[in-house]
Amino acid sequence: MGLVTPSLGLIFWQVVIFLITLFVLGKYAWKPIMAGLREREENISNALLAADKARKDMAQLKADNESLIQEARREREKILADAQQVAKAIKESAKEEAKREAGRLVEEARAAIQAEKSAALVEVKNQVAAFSLDIAEKVIRKNLADDKEQTALIEGYVKDLNLN
Amino acid sequence: MATQATKPRLFRRLALVLILLMSSVQATYASGGGEGGKEEFNPGKLAIEHVMDAYEWHLYDSENFGGVIYLPIIVYSKERGVDVFMSSKFFEHHHPVNYNGLKLGEHGIEALNPNEKIYDFSITKTVASSIVSCVLLIALFLSVAKGYAKNRGRAPSGIQSFLEPLILFVRDDIAKTIIGEKYEKFTPYLLSVFFFILINNLMGLMPGAANVTGNITVTLVLAAFTFIVTNANGNKHYWGHIFWMPGIPKPMRLIMAPIEFIGLFTKPFALTVRLFANITAGHIVILSIISLIFLFKSYIVSVPSIALAAAMNFLELMVAFIQAYVFTLLSAIYISGAVEEHH
Repeated sequence: MGLVTPSLGLIFWQVVIFLITLFVLGKYAWKPIMAGLREREENISNALLAADKARKDMAQLKADNESLIQEARREREKILADAQQVAKAIKESAKEEAKREAGRLVEEARAAIQAEKSAALVEVKNQVAAFSLDIAEKVIRKNLADDKEQTALIEGYVKDLNLN
Repeated sequence: MATQATKPRLFRRLALVLILLMSSVQATYASGGGEGGKEEFNPGKLAIEHVMDAYEWHLYDSENFGGVIYLPIIVYSKERGVDVFMSSKFFEHHHPVNYNGLKLGEHGIEALNPNEKIYDFSITKTVASSIVSCVLLIALFLSVAKGYAKNRGRAPSGIQSFLEPLILFVRDDIAKTIIGEKYEKFTPYLLSVFFFILINNLMGLMPGAANVTGNITVTLVLAAFTFIVTNANGNKHYWGHIFWMPGIPKPMRLIMAPIEFIGLFTKPFALTVRLFANITAGHIVILSIISLIFLFKSYIVSVPSIALAAAMNFLELMVAFIQAYVFTLLSAIYISGAVEEHH
């Protein structure tokens, strides 16, 4: 039992005590403790991963919404532009139509006027001829002379008148 | 500015107090020396007796020797077989006596018959204290394990949260860092060693407690366990490295082999001596400081002596943790050397 000399009995008891400690702690303490620690650490790391995933999902969702809004805005602009173009085309074609119609009307009016004018001139010519005959008859009745020559003369005048 | 001015003044006062104390101690010692008491106080003997193993557990001194627990003695010899009795049989009216052909000698139990070879398996103070520590340790960690069952996957509570940092420290900073991927196999052993040494270190600091981890037999057994765990798990690289060192010339290998072989045993020897010496030295220093009071036979010495001893106790508290850590760390390093895969 010296200070620096190991003793046999103590070696024996220490081996027994330490083996018991190793066995009991190993089986009933370290095993559940290590399992508990591992389980908790896994839980924590899973929770962190889930939170990370949720954050990514949120960002994705937000980006999706943003792109959806962007698309809708583009769609609206396109529709508006199309509508404007259609309206413009309609206006343009209506204008064209109106112009054409107006031209046609003017043309018709001009033709009608020409026809009326020609008819009026014929009427006037005839009227003038009749008046002239009446006048000539009156003159001739007075003269009772050569009626035929007089008529031919007047008709010659009327023809000249017609050329005008 | 004010604190800087007071600091040197404080030191000067302390120095003055110390000098006064010293001179008064000298005076009391000089006056007390002439008394010629019955027994000379021997601090060396006291300190060694305190750190050594014993057949009785000496808790405190009292008038009727009440502070002593006598422990069972178990001896075996070819002639007598197994003999079990209490160590109180060796004392009659508190004086050592022989019992049943045995006597309490300087180096343990000796047979009166010089031809009889005695094997001593007594439950000594160290054994008894180890059993107490073992029971405490098991009770403590079974309750911690219960905590893990109760708080499954949740935060720790109670004693569990108190000990979890230490468990994690051994697992992450010793086992995982040193051994690497095979750490799980050795973590239970390292945890057991760490807490066994720690609890015995701490128990040893209690008044009246035994010096378990400062006993060379105890540290030898612990180192032997590390030796067995290391070499039982040694792979072919490990043994190859010892007996046929790669990467050096052939004649050098022949020289290196015996050196490496001796190295196998110096490692546990270093573990044994380191723990034993650190803990025993701490105990002896504290006992020596306390002994100053009795050497000088002065109450005044007790003031610096107790202050110093208290400081030493704090230091020993730190050493208790450090030595448990160092033993576990070195065990892990030896094991990692044995199981490491070389690429």
